[in-house]
Amino acid sequence: MTKKFKDTDMQAVIGWILRAGVLVSMSVIFIGGVIYLYRHGYTHVDYSKFVGVPDFVSNPAGIIHGIITLRGRAIIQAGIVLLIATPVIRVVFSAIGFIMERDFLYTGITMLVLLIILASMISGHAG
Amino acid sequence: MSVTILTLIILVGSYLAGLLGSLTGLGGGVVIIPLLTILLGVDIQYAIGASLVSVIATSSGSAAAYVKEGITNIRLGMFLEIATTIGAMVGALIAVYIPTNFIAILFGVILILSAVMSLKKKAEHIHQQKSVLAEKLKLNGSFPTPAGAVPYTVRNVGGGFFMMLFAGVISGLLGIGSGALKVLAMDGIMRIPFKVSTTTSNFMIGVTAAASAVVYLQRGYIDPGLSMPVAIGVLLGALSGSKILVHTSSSGWLRVVFAVVVTFLASQMIYKGITGNI
Repeated sequence: MTKKFKDTDMQAVIGWILRAGVLVSMSVIFIGGVIYLYRHGYTHVDYSKFVGVPDFVSNPAGIIHGIITLRGRAIIQAGIVLLIATPVIRVVFSAIGFIMERDFLYTGITMLVLLIILASMISGHAG
Repeated sequence: MSVTILTLIILVGSYLAGLLGSLTGLGGGVVIIPLLTILLGVDIQYAIGASLVSVIATSSGSAAAYVKEGITNIRLGMFLEIATTIGAMVGALIAVYIPTNFIAILFGVILILSAVMSLKKKAEHIHQQKSVLAEKLKLNGSFPTPAGAVPYTVRNVGGGFFMMLFAGVISGLLGIGSGALKVLAMDGIMRIPFKVSTTTSNFMIGVTAAASAVVYLQRGYIDPGLSMPVAIGVLLGALSGSKILVHTSSSGWLRVVFAVVVTFLASQMIYKGITGNI
């Protein structure tokens, strides 16, 4: 049976993605937070001067290595990356939805938004 | 201060910020930045990073419900996201070149504007006038009410789009959702019913914030130790807020209290910005 993909179907999918994204990323952040507090709970911290983040959470390779070695902050950062990705994944699924609805104007608009986010990602590297 | 104590303070503060933010519709981000900078002496750049993370968490969490109910205008949101993401990218890129005390002053001004906006009477205006551009872009829609679906039309698409560019820049520059500006664009300029404006604004905030967050992430603004309690606290606060909201009929007095608190924090930020103490 072929049923036409409608706006209401898209609403259900987008709602589900947002909810799942928040749930998964928050769980990861929480787990990382517990490990971080367990290992560094009594350490002294100072955020009064901006010096950036520690090296091991500043790039994907460092974060992945940190997850394997169970470093709390690396796990938190992975959760934060997932959280930031959630709305972007929502945009990707909107594009797919508009293609299925054969709404090419909005497929184009959605692709444009994705391109802008991509440009933002690349320009961040340069800066 | 030890990690545990700082985490607990931020967790409680963020919970209250999220709770009040969702009850008043202002969003938690506006309280997070003064909480971290004024009360805890955190550098404003770290505060911006942590606030952005909390903004994405709360907007995604609450947008999920509104989208399912069909109140959010997805096409309108997608179209206007072109403007907000371009703005957010520009805002995040120029943030590095702008002195932090200027950012603090600008933040204070936007904060006061948000507080005033939250006190404004919400008129549910529904228009049926035709706009060629809105028709072409399929922006007109309808939203569900107990009495059935109510159709509405969208006006002044160009003006709204321009205002969204500005909202995006402010969001990227200050690390907030700039929901007040988004609602101003949709409710005030495009004449969209208030319920649709607020939910569509919420829907867009996540994507706007993500566009600038990818820049800040690479620049080391988003510190895991700070973002962890902020994100968890604000989200839990917002969840409790939305539960309370269902059971209370009037939050009028709360809005007034919140507006006063926010205005006080805003004046602190402006003062510290002017005297260069931030």
